[in-house]
Amino acid sequence: MNVMTNPVAFDVTRIREDFPILKQTIRGKPLVFLDSAASAQKPQVVIDAMVHAMETQYANVHRGLHWMSERTTEAYEAARDAAAALMNANDRSEIVFAGNSTGAINLLAHSYGRGVLKPGQAVVISGMEHHSNIVPWQMLRDAHGIELRVAPVTDAGELDMDAFEALLEDGKVGLVAITHMSNVLGTITPAERIVKIAHAHGAKVMFDGSQAIVHRKIDVQALGCDFYVWTGHKLYGPTGIGVLWGRKELLERMPPFMGGGDMISSVTYEKTTWAAVPHKFEAGTPAILEGIGLKAAIDYVQSIGYDAMAAHEASLTEHALARLAGVDGVRVLGQAQDRGGVISFTLDKAHSHDVATLLDRQGIAVRAGHHCAEPLMRRFDLDSTARASFGVYTTHAEIDALVDGLARVREFFQ
Amino acid sequence: MSPSDSFDDLRDLYQEVILDHGRRPRHAIRLAEFDTTAKGDNPMCGDRVQVWVKFADDSIGRVGFEARGCAISVASADLMAETVQGRSKTDTRALFAAFRDMARTGTCPVCDPSLAEPIERLAPLSGVHEYPTRVKCATLPWHALIAALDGAKEASSE
Repeated sequence: MNVMTNPVAFDVTRIREDFPILKQTIRGKPLVFLDSAASAQKPQVVIDAMVHAMETQYANVHRGLHWMSERTTEAYEAARDAAAALMNANDRSEIVFAGNSTGAINLLAHSYGRGVLKPGQAVVISGMEHHSNIVPWQMLRDAHGIELRVAPVTDAGELDMDAFEALLEDGKVGLVAITHMSNVLGTITPAERIVKIAHAHGAKVMFDGSQAIVHRKIDVQALGCDFYVWTGHKLYGPTGIGVLWGRKELLERMPPFMGGGDMISSVTYEKTTWAAVPHKFEAGTPAILEGIGLKAAIDYVQSIGYDAMAAHEASLTEHALARLAGVDGVRVLGQAQDRGGVISFTLDKAHSHDVATLLDRQGIAVRAGHHCAEPLMRRFDLDSTARASFGVYTTHAEIDALVDGLARVREFFQ
Repeated sequence: MSPSDSFDDLRDLYQEVILDHGRRPRHAIRLAEFDTTAKGDNPMCGDRVQVWVKFADDSIGRVGFEARGCAISVASADLMAETVQGRSKTDTRALFAAFRDMARTGTCPVCDPSLAEPIERLAPLSGVHEYPTRVKCATLPWHALIAALDGAKEASSE
């Protein structure tokens, strides 16, 4: 396969060397992995960091008074520093580790939702949320008397900003919880404008950055938001670890989510006091190895640099949109002005599951289905789409393979 | 890749029979007169099917269906409707059990000789066994049919 490089100083051939899995063949064909938005592949440095920890310096963290525990605690807590630096957080204690984005949003919905928001207040989400940013708020609505409002999405797949602002006008909205980048449409939402409008109406803002942080440099201070969540496994790190960043004064006002070890200051049968932020939100033995892997993943991403990654991705996306437009019967969902490397599409002659299976026969991995965003699918009158998504290791030649594969599928179904 | 390439690499699951029944199902009709009906739903992928059954004496007289789903599920529903016509409820259940084995494993190791002929007709679907996530596409219409025979409104998920 020809590997093209884009105009920016970014050597995708060298990057691909970092990911051992990309040498695999699938059904005798080179793996063309276009499903990074579901979960990204792991570079050798992440694999090595986790294996190295298990082989040389593993023990439980935060409590052992022995060498192994101290070394492991240092390695694990280094992930918090790395995450704080990655997002330009004010303070390392603003980084709360959760299992994934879903875990982080549930933590927020439970703790901020029940502990700070008052019945009668409202939460605003958007019409392009992943189920993980819908269901926790529905549960909060039903348990705590919070109204759930949904800001609509335009035909182009962008947030309808006028309608969004109108939802805040009565001043009842306590929190806006919106994706920073749609996992279906690729749309990047106008984060700074959302924050400005929300704050003007007295609402706090949480962004679901699960997709965005893979493609864009996230600076929470520049964005001005109040909470930001993301997950490690989409950022070339391991599964099982995600981040809730929150402003310290807000985290301090929030009651704990889960009770247990590691989150307490003192326990008696009469009364327990909580550990300081962030530990009061991190009950139980944490995802130690995953934290160590996440640190390696963040270092890896930083070593490439967001500017280079974003330029590579923009070049891939432009190439993919142009080439897909040339395939008869392909309809790309959403035409947002500001978008990342996630492209959903339908093919007129074949259902998306057939498309995915027939691409798989050609060694090409795409996702098909509702992408955990059923309400968005319904908004566009669809049951499912196929989705191609790109990572640092994606090549222009792989996109050409997708396009050729799709043309074959369509001909096959004629 | 030239468009004149053969499609051998795509055909093991999508045999001509499946493409044909997926494209032009013969039994994709909501029966105006029916004795029982049930829906099947695969929440993982969004496939939906409803089947209607009209009995003739003690046998299945006719099956009609509506499906929103992939070629595999539509073709499976159509082949099912064709194959169960004229069969008793007991036979139909036995055929479903055999078909489900075939969809999961690719073969029907304990097939009763009496099922050899209908299983042969359903055999083009056996390729799904190589795709664990697609097995449900092939069996969903059958779950709906069995639910209809049982008098349930919804097929229970596997």
